[in-house]
Amino acid sequence: MNAPDRTGLGNAFEATASGTLTGAPIERVEDERFLTGAGCFTDDVRFEGMVHAAILRSSHAHARIRGIDCSAARALPGVLLVATAAEIGHAHKPIPIRLAPLPGLDRFLQPTIAADEVRYVGEPVAIVVATSRYIAEDALDLIETDYEELPAVTGIEQSIAGAALVHASVGTNVATQYPVGRGDAEQAFASAPYTRRERFRCHRHTGAPMETRGLVAEWNGSLMRVWGATKVPFFNRGLLASMFDLPETAVDMIETDIGGGFGIRGEFYPEDFLVPWASMQLGRPVKWIEDRREHLMAANHARETECELEIAMDHDGTIRGLRGRAMADLGAYVRTGGGVAISRLAQYLPGPYRITDFACEVMAVITNKTPVGTFRGPGRYEANFFRERLLDLACADLGLDPVAVREKNLIAKHEMPWPIGRLVPTEGEGAYDVGDFHSGLHKALAAIGYERLPRGGTRIDGWLHGVGVACFVESSGGGKSENARIIARTDGSFDIYSGVSTMGQGHETVFAQIAGDELGVPLDAFRVHHGSTAHVDYGWGTFHSRAIVVGGSAVKLAAAQLREQLDALAATGHVGAPAEDIEVKLRYDTRGPTYSYGTHVAHVAVDPETARVKVLAYVALEDVGRVMNPLLAHGQAVGGAVQGIGATFLDELRYDEAGQLLSGSYADYLMATSTEVPAVQAVLLEESPSPSNPLGAKGAGEGGIVATGGALANAVGDALAGYRLPLTTLPLSLDNLARALRQARAAGNAPQAGH
Amino acid sequence: MKPAPLDILAPTSVAHALSLLVEHGDQARLIAGGQSLMPILAMRLAAPAILIDLNGIGALRGIHAQADGSVIIGALSRHRDLERSDLVAERLPLIAAAMPWVAHVQIRNRGTIGGSLAHADPAAELPALCLALGATLELHSPRGARHVAAADFFQGVFATERADDEMITAVHLPAASPGQRWAFIELARRHGDFALCGIALTADCSPIGQVLGARIVVFGVSDCAQRLPQLEAAIVGTTPTPTSIDQAMPALDQVEARSDHHASSEYRLELLATLARRALRQAFGFDERIAP
Ligand SMILES: Cc1cc2nc3c(=O)[nH]c(=O)nc-3n(C[C@H](O)[C@H](O)[C@H](O)COP(=O)(O)OP(=O)(O)OC[C@H]3O[C@@H](n4cnc5c(N)ncnc54)[C@H](O)[C@@H]3O)c2cc1C
Repeated sequence: MNAPDRTGLGNAFEATASGTLTGAPIERVEDERFLTGAGCFTDDVRFEGMVHAAILRSSHAHARIRGIDCSAARALPGVLLVATAAEIGHAHKPIPIRLAPLPGLDRFLQPTIAADEVRYVGEPVAIVVATSRYIAEDALDLIETDYEELPAVTGIEQSIAGAALVHASVGTNVATQYPVGRGDAEQAFASAPYTRRERFRCHRHTGAPMETRGLVAEWNGSLMRVWGATKVPFFNRGLLASMFDLPETAVDMIETDIGGGFGIRGEFYPEDFLVPWASMQLGRPVKWIEDRREHLMAANHARETECELEIAMDHDGTIRGLRGRAMADLGAYVRTGGGVAISRLAQYLPGPYRITDFACEVMAVITNKTPVGTFRGPGRYEANFFRERLLDLACADLGLDPVAVREKNLIAKHEMPWPIGRLVPTEGEGAYDVGDFHSGLHKALAAIGYERLPRGGTRIDGWLHGVGVACFVESSGGGKSENARIIARTDGSFDIYSGVSTMGQGHETVFAQIAGDELGVPLDAFRVHHGSTAHVDYGWGTFHSRAIVVGGSAVKLAAAQLREQLDALAATGHVGAPAEDIEVKLRYDTRGPTYSYGTHVAHVAVDPETARVKVLAYVALEDVGRVMNPLLAHGQAVGGAVQGIGATFLDELRYDEAGQLLSGSYADYLMATSTEVPAVQAVLLEESPSPSNPLGAKGAGEGGIVATGGALANAVGDALAGYRLPLTTLPLSLDNLARALRQARAAGNAPQAGH
Repeated sequence: MKPAPLDILAPTSVAHALSLLVEHGDQARLIAGGQSLMPILAMRLAAPAILIDLNGIGALRGIHAQADGSVIIGALSRHRDLERSDLVAERLPLIAAAMPWVAHVQIRNRGTIGGSLAHADPAAELPALCLALGATLELHSPRGARHVAAADFFQGVFATERADDEMITAVHLPAASPGQRWAFIELARRHGDFALCGIALTADCSPIGQVLGARIVVFGVSDCAQRLPQLEAAIVGTTPTPTSIDQAMPALDQVEARSDHHASSEYRLELLATLARRALRQAFGFDERIAP
């Protein structure tokens, strides 16, 4: 085996041996603007005459609205508009599902403003516009609401039981329910010598980007322009236009610089209608910047799931089958992300292993909590934790080595393509196309120095050491097409226009690298424009780690076409830049998703007396097909792992039994900071370029987070091997871990006391 | 998250500040570093019409050495001033060791000792340090000045002995006995967060190491920082060894522990037992001190 690549950069350097831009560790061209404060984020957008919106949000988890008295608020000097469902009247037009419209989900769509009933703390009830945000918030305090409280549903089991209904008229809280599977799980379990069943739980948390949501909307009588759009501006344009009965061309969505998305930013939320609507009423630009308290109660939550999972094995560790029941808490309404997370969760339960017999009952329920959406690695993080933890529990039962069992069961390179069956009802049959899963496992172990690490509860200075491993595979590169437009200017420069959005990933740099290689011109010849509906005819946006895979491929092909035209021009004897602009427009259609895969390994030390966990080393390895820019891909992988480490130990959106959000500020919703995370080592492989696109690239934005829960729970479990903790519940917070240790001691499962 | 309308008044003397406090009564709030009050205002959990800004009152600043070995700390001293003061490091090493555990540098640059003591968060370090060091608070009102022992000052969650028309002007910290032992230890969910449980202790010892008196203080566990008299009694009179410390632990006081979504009361009590033992071991040199 080659020496491990400790920087995560080595392979990419090899790829750039030819001296091309693609594959080179080029610093982001965006950095200068971001680091010198010259970026233009949504709150930096200011117009003459601009006024400010604030949203009145429900303080109840579930209540009937008996009346809203806005008279005092309207009378406050500086207040320009106070509107409720009574004035807006559009409440009957709910926000549709954009992705994964699983059967039944469309009965629970969210209105743009609550009319008769509120169903979660934070649901918009009224919008106020005033000459300043301060006055707008003063006016919120003057609105008198009369609520009649209704019983709140706050848990999955309670929701299924259905004694209280979140949407009485629908008659059930179960939004969707369906079976998926492949092979014959029942048969496999019937003949299996060993089985183990556990009930797992993944906690509610969210992406929490540094920049909260925000919008500036301006209606000039014929054109609605909205700044602050991102992720899927074209889809959102179509939606907003239809809500106003306008042609799409009467709406422009404009992307500003964006301080992080992680899946939750840029979906169509109630405010994406309310703020433009207010601007239309007033004929003035209206700004709304979400504050952090609103963000934590109003922007999409994610991940809250439970799963009963059962594994069947031979005594030598060969997996015979996997079956279970996966349940998601969707919150009060089904938002634009539909059933993405729960359907992907079920799809990725079997993971990278040779599991031919698999069955899963999938269920998603409605509760009186903030609605959920997609968050980096939707469904994958959860599924990975459930399966990888169960594998380690089975290994402990059977006295098997967790690494050896993974080696035995990983799908081998020569078995590719490996059919995964039809595990998502809104999609067809799928198959892992290429990959060397074993190589990923071995290189991740080598990178962390697995053989030399203290583990299995080895005690050093009172700390118990453990190592955990988790393997994953995940799809990326969805959204079937992307548009690119490149113009060769007469001054020798080039403008690249793309339909993808960018939330800080560095696409301006990478698109210029890709086009630069095709055109044989340096990076600074390019200006890259993205995310705004004015740039191309249509764009599919940025999600599912698709921007490079699909958007980058479109840029590559458009640049190649432009190159041909420029070459033809040169053949006529023309020297230098063209005499007139030359434009190429192109739509690239993908041949299907890409499959990134890899292994995470965590080394932790646990203080069994205080339940404190220190993450000492972390390796996140992923094969991303081709690395376009190792600095940026590396940053994505490290960032994903850091976000996952934080999520696994800290981030948690908690509710009390009445449905009140307990983690409504950063004093209670704890994000990892530099003091909580180790130096994460990201290793990126290019062993299996994707056959689905001309770049050979696979999604590189989400793999860093996918296996964090699994690897860390296994590491903590290994450190506390003497206590035999199930660790089936995330987060691994101090309180949860202390409880698990207490229970183990009470059950007599603790090793000899001592310190 | 914008405060309700308010006016800010900026007195430059204690007397002026006190007269404003009387004039505006319960319409007014003092503001020092603003690190606790500003979030409260932004969330509109309080909406005073007037803020009396203490930052312009020079008399509230400064850390002063007294001839008898004691130290007087002005109420407007920033956490960061205490952290970086040579005088504090020399005479009050317990405070010097504890300050890096208070919040983050940015917050310590603004937050003041007077603000922390007046705010009386159950998990704040400074009230516990004052108890462990036998501090006295100096309070002024238009009615005059009085000195209140830290032991009498803290009464519950955000509740103190301070009257509405009083302000804290200084904290008096008595001289330490020669060879005084001390320890500080806390556990928070992240570095810089309020502690789930912490221990601050001092012990006066005879030249041969026998404990003559001890103040062992727990914070973060119950409604306010409190001493642990039974554990203190079990240590006093002993010449601590690791074994004698272990033997003293069953004397640990029954404490009424809080439960919240960060830590259950069971967990807080487990931490209390573990951290109290570790703090004693540190104080008497059997464990290394833990860096923040
Ligand atoms: C993110 C964060 C983390 C934190 N972590 C910690 C921590 O770990 N430990 C900790 O101890 N603290 C922590 N704090 C609080 C911080 O230490 C505050 O500085 C301190 O609690 C209050 O001091 P202040 O000067 O900022 O007071 P202010 O916020 O200005 O005032 C607080 C209260 O005290 C009153 N007050 C202020 N000065 C006086 C006075 N001289 N006389 C009478 N009343 C007065 C005010 O009227 C107000 O009611 C944290 C704060 C933040 C924002």
